[in-house]
Amino acid sequence: MYLTDYLELLRRAETLLAAGYRTVSEGHPADADVHFATAGHADRCERHAGDIAHVLDRLPPAGDGPPDRFDVVGLGPARSGPAGLLRDLLDLYQLACLVDLTRTAVLQAGLAKRDAELVEVARAHASDTAAQLAWLTMTVKATASQTLLVA
Amino acid sequence: MRTDRIDDIWGSRAPHGPGSPWPARVDQYLVDGVAESDVDRWVRGACLLCSNGCGLEVAVSGGRMVGVRGVASDRVNHGRLGPKGLYGWLGQQRDRLTTPLVRRDGRLVPTDWETAMSLVVERSRTLLETRGPLGLGFFTSGQLMLEEYYALAMIAKGGIGTPHLDGNTRWCTATAATALSETFGSDGQPGSYTDVDDCDALFLYGHNVAETQTVLWSRMLDRLDGPNPPRLVCVDPRRTKVAERATVHLAVANGTNLALMNALVREVITRGYVDRAYVEAHTVGFDDLMETTADATPEWAGEVCGVEPDDIRRAAEIFGTSERVVSTCSMGVYQSHQATAAACAVNNLHLLRGMLGRPGAGILQMNGQPTAQNNRETGCSTALPGFRNWASARHVDELATLWNVDPATIPHWSAPTHGMQLFRYAEQGSIGFLWISATNPAVSMPDLARVRKILAGDQCFVVVSDAYLTETAALADVVLPAALWAEKTGTFTNVDRTVHLQDKAVDPPGDARSDLEIFLDYARRLGLHGRDGGPLPPFATPEDAFAAWKRASEGRPCDYSGLDYERLRAEGGTQWPCTAGAPDGTERLYASGVFPTDLASCQTYGHDLATGAPLDETAYRALAPEGRAVLKAVPFDAPYEEPDEQYPFRLTTGRTAFQFHTRTKTARSGPLDAAAPSMWFELAEPDALRLGVEEGDVVRVTSRRGAVEAPARVAALRQGVVFAPWHYGDHAANELTLTAWDPVSKQPEYKVAAVTVERVAAGSGPAPAPLGTASAPVRPLDGAQTGRE
Repeated sequence: MYLTDYLELLRRAETLLAAGYRTVSEGHPADADVHFATAGHADRCERHAGDIAHVLDRLPPAGDGPPDRFDVVGLGPARSGPAGLLRDLLDLYQLACLVDLTRTAVLQAGLAKRDAELVEVARAHASDTAAQLAWLTMTVKATASQTLLVA
Repeated sequence: MRTDRIDDIWGSRAPHGPGSPWPARVDQYLVDGVAESDVDRWVRGACLLCSNGCGLEVAVSGGRMVGVRGVASDRVNHGRLGPKGLYGWLGQQRDRLTTPLVRRDGRLVPTDWETAMSLVVERSRTLLETRGPLGLGFFTSGQLMLEEYYALAMIAKGGIGTPHLDGNTRWCTATAATALSETFGSDGQPGSYTDVDDCDALFLYGHNVAETQTVLWSRMLDRLDGPNPPRLVCVDPRRTKVAERATVHLAVANGTNLALMNALVREVITRGYVDRAYVEAHTVGFDDLMETTADATPEWAGEVCGVEPDDIRRAAEIFGTSERVVSTCSMGVYQSHQATAAACAVNNLHLLRGMLGRPGAGILQMNGQPTAQNNRETGCSTALPGFRNWASARHVDELATLWNVDPATIPHWSAPTHGMQLFRYAEQGSIGFLWISATNPAVSMPDLARVRKILAGDQCFVVVSDAYLTETAALADVVLPAALWAEKTGTFTNVDRTVHLQDKAVDPPGDARSDLEIFLDYARRLGLHGRDGGPLPPFATPEDAFAAWKRASEGRPCDYSGLDYERLRAEGGTQWPCTAGAPDGTERLYASGVFPTDLASCQTYGHDLATGAPLDETAYRALAPEGRAVLKAVPFDAPYEEPDEQYPFRLTTGRTAFQFHTRTKTARSGPLDAAAPSMWFELAEPDALRLGVEEGDVVRVTSRRGAVEAPARVAALRQGVVFAPWHYGDHAANELTLTAWDPVSKQPEYKVAAVTVERVAAGSGPAPAPLGTASAPVRPLDGAQTGRE
């Protein structure tokens, strides 16, 4: 069974996503909407990671270990300028998608396992990630034409 | 007897009970030495110095303005005028720009129109050829005429094809627009000022109406002093004149509005005040609303907001047990981090009780500036003209047909650029041409040190059209002298949808031109044209522009098709929608309980109020409001910047009765400027005692952005809060504010910034703050009256 591995993957992805949001927030202070919104997203991701850690505490340890190249990689340092910001947002979107789909996988297992706490946590977090993805899409759409054509 | 609106801001009372009309009282002012018999003619129009839009007549003698008087029959003011209405026009008589200016060797020097406009057009053409339309941006105001906004919307969005068009309405009323369209499907004020005459409860949220719309407060006072007065609930951290008359004053900490609003919604639901039949028939989203607000108990909200839980219960009880409630919202709600959510909560409360569309039951999501409504209607901001939905291909096609342009020209691939982002692009230089009309962002924007760099830098060519050499104009590359109110003809619309026509009364000074003339000259020189090769815009006069606007508005919620100049001259103010079916206008919207939320009509598909992310058409179809209003809520979240050990005070900024915006006009009006001549800060008495600050002492207020020194007024406001009027460019409160905004309306946060306060010098007398307003001292000055009740 790999539930523990995947739940740990989810916890780590949320943690790295939080760190990525903080990096972008601190790296783009002059873009006020990005600066403040990503700081808020980071707080939520950290709360998610804490909730998942709580579920992990009562699950049995992982079995044979995860498959190769299982780990997730976080964002590098913030890039500069509007084109750098756009690329940072694409990185965040990629990581948020990983969180989203990993959670979907974990939720399926939780439902099959009839693990009420896991199901509740996964469902409660899903709307936050959906909101983050929608925010990332909005922000990319709002700035893309200016960045790609004029900046 | 001569009217005095400096010492007697609201004038004599005419108390009356519910259901009886508000008695008339004509206020008049003629300059010294001019008698009524000296007046050659009275030119009808309306005041342009707040969003009330009081009907008035301009006295002209010898080709000059010599006075004003209210129009008794006008539905807005019944003859009354406030301080700015009576005396503000005097400021038009001084220090006017009379010739274009261009920057040469670092200095602005006079030139002629041909030289200035050639420079403006050359720069525009170069950018269009090298970068395309996205290199150009336009930023306007809440003080132009409807016809001027519509012309510029057509030029920018239909001719040039840039999404970078917004106005300083972003700083003052953007949240009104978004809250109305999120809830009801479209911008447009549901209520009417006549609701004040009939109501049995008044709720004023972050709205110091006694100073910002003084004549509307007179109307409220006449109910409060009459038989069967309405109960009054005031939400404001300061003890304003409104608060002094309140049944319940909720002096919440600035930045906590949404906690209070969610608690009020919860109380109304849990105490059984909901009109279930109305909610069932006319709304969607009730279950989500109940769930989102379920934990917002009065105890929790009381803790967050710093008010007594029982006062929240009393306010909810007043709302729940009144039959006819008028609610108003203003900057205290709009200029905050969860502005749209808080303003939507006011809409929610009215929907929960079916409190709409009948006499005495109405919502007034206030505007700040006199023509902000027109900026929004005509698409001179982030909306498309006629409250059309930029995300609807059908609406874009309609507009393209009206303008006779390719739909692809009209920017609609994303939400049009809001003002804060527009200035960010100018800072980065991707907008290389920025035209600012009739507004002064070098004083009115947050974080002014940054704004000055943007305007003064070489990365962006700045054109300013204005009547004065403002702080903004002084930084521009080209300055164009503009005509002011009553020096040109045009229409404008107030808070309760009342449209007035102001006829030209006098000529503008020197070579100054109306903004309509300036915009049309620019369009002609750029060679903008429609698909048939005809000029775009296809009109040349204000009246023809109005006729074009009527066609654009027809069938939309803001339908002007039944109006024309002749009627407005004869009848005075008339409320839209005014159509063949409603030739006298429409007093209240939504009397039938049907809202413009159907897919074909709606101005927006809505947003996530927490993040601002838009819903798409598919999500909106799933929500399926189909004529029902949308109940929306999100949980409270903390402001962007809260007090801490280093910056322990909560700064809030605001207005005084005697100045308007950045004082370009009111500072040049002797009576107004003498009443509030220079900057001050207001401190609560316990804070002043602790800091060793006495009345009039000079204090330095410092935030992470800057510092300002000014005399302190020891006033009646919430402990821990510092109030700063934002009018004064030489000691600007916005040196202290931060760059951040509501995620949906993109309206900046002016109401919370963390600051520290220190005494730097003894004063030479009382602070230069008015005595008869919210700024009145908390203790008598030298034995005089405090001006407080």
